[in-house]
Amino acid sequence: MVGKEQEEMEKGYTVLTYAEYEEGLRNGRLLGLRCASCGGITCHPMPVCQWCGRRVLKRIELSGEGELTTFTVIRVPSEGFEEDAPYIPCLVKTKEGPCVVGRLDYNTENAMQELIGKQVKMKGSYTYEGDKYSGGAHTCPVFGVVE
Amino acid sequence: MRRIAIIGIGHTKFGRASKTSLELFSEAALEAIDDAGVELKDTEALFQGAALPGFEEGQVMPAVFSAAELNMCPIPATRYEGACASASIAIREAAMWVGSGEYDMVLAGGVEKASSMGTLFATRTFAMACHAPTEGPVGLTFPGVFAMAARRYSKNYDIPIDKLREKMAHVSVKNHKHGALNPLAQFYKKLGDLKVEDVINSRYVADPLTLLDCCPFSDGAAAVVLCAAEEAKKYTDDPVYILGTGQGSGGPLSKMEDLTKPVSRINSARMAFKHAGLSPSDIDVLELHDCFTIAELIALESMGFFGWGEAADATADGQTDLGGKIPVNMSGGLIGKGHPIGATGASQVYWLVKQMRGEAPKDNQINPVPEYGMTDTLGGDFGTLCHIIVGRTK
Ligand SMILES: [Zn+2]
Repeated sequence: MVGKEQEEMEKGYTVLTYAEYEEGLRNGRLLGLRCASCGGITCHPMPVCQWCGRRVLKRIELSGEGELTTFTVIRVPSEGFEEDAPYIPCLVKTKEGPCVVGRLDYNTENAMQELIGKQVKMKGSYTYEGDKYSGGAHTCPVFGVVE
Repeated sequence: MRRIAIIGIGHTKFGRASKTSLELFSEAALEAIDDAGVELKDTEALFQGAALPGFEEGQVMPAVFSAAELNMCPIPATRYEGACASASIAIREAAMWVGSGEYDMVLAGGVEKASSMGTLFATRTFAMACHAPTEGPVGLTFPGVFAMAARRYSKNYDIPIDKLREKMAHVSVKNHKHGALNPLAQFYKKLGDLKVEDVINSRYVADPLTLLDCCPFSDGAAAVVLCAAEEAKKYTDDPVYILGTGQGSGGPLSKMEDLTKPVSRINSARMAFKHAGLSPSDIDVLELHDCFTIAELIALESMGFFGWGEAADATADGQTDLGGKIPVNMSGGLIGKGHPIGATGASQVYWLVKQMRGEAPKDNQINPVPEYGMTDTLGGDFGTLCHIIVGRTK
């Protein structure tokens, strides 16, 4: 399949690719999709609405704001993350509805249970360059606590 | 669907093995065949769970080479992969094929050789059962996923995190107590008198989980011989029947409504109960997926054995130990017995059958022998769930 055909095919099924989503993150933007059927927001991107499964989706930009649902401090990392440890993976319930997984930028020694429920905002992104098993680099959002 | 019987079981020592996965699986398979009193040539297909053989020994198609190792070719041999639930889905598939009438007797089980990878690389490969594009760059690990679930459990039920850590520690104390009595367990004769403080004071792996909240990396294999229930008495006086199975799929963590109420597990357990025509109150013993202490609590609630938020207190109360409401992980579970991931589901079935035959290690044996037992196996971060209900009567 050559360039033009490939492009047409992707357009039909994939409204927002992972690559575009991650490029958005690197530019400080949290991109998602709005469903024409139920109005729900899908983020990270999927070919169908994460709420109702329908397929008429339009690109939107989320505010990057939300509430910290949970987190942990990783002390024993997996290979490739030795330099990062300790670090904080987190789940954030965005204002627009969907949850996203990311990193929390916070002092790991002060990261206590009381952080849960705090307002957070996307403040940047983290790119893991990948190892020989990851099919290239991937980027996730980085959140900061709104004081 | 025909009913299915388990007529033979086999189980290697769990821990650190010098033998290859092929040898480990062969040993479990031959033990199961001998236990059933049948011949390898009587089996018509092989269903094998194996999660990471490509990374452990550079081997894909492990089921085919296991069949070849046992001179079973050219019968169909298939590898099933559902991360830590691999063997359970292999056994479930095997039961479906026998139930359908396509095969009369099959061999099923699982194998893993995870310890050779070392902690750093094993943690990397286990994390491959996370959602690679979004959870990969975060550097999420499996202890990390369950640590996040533990913090959510604390928040949902308003249990201060230090209190929850104490309650969770009882899971480790109980399962190590049973594991220390199990000669095939990785921690046989070790950590049998663990104290709650030991778990809490162990070093953090992912806050709030410590090393003693976690199961180890392990090698091992387990296997079962299945046949049509109506034929079972030809081979054994005390067959154990597969009465119901369930399976469910989850997805990325971010798409879950609540980490403490995994829909994949709730649905899978309900499917198994419905299939068996039983409910949680009928079950006498559980072998469930305690990959981490918090995981045992979440499993108990999701399967309907305790109300939401009640499993922590119930466990600290001894309700999940011998003499309690429902004895859980009398084999030692993943924490005490070890967790060769691709073999774990078959090991769970093995130990239920042992209980039902009255052949469990002396101080772990439930008396009178249980009538109904249930497994719960989880792969990934709630990605693959499988439940198998077994009983002494059809
Ligand atoms: Zn929708």
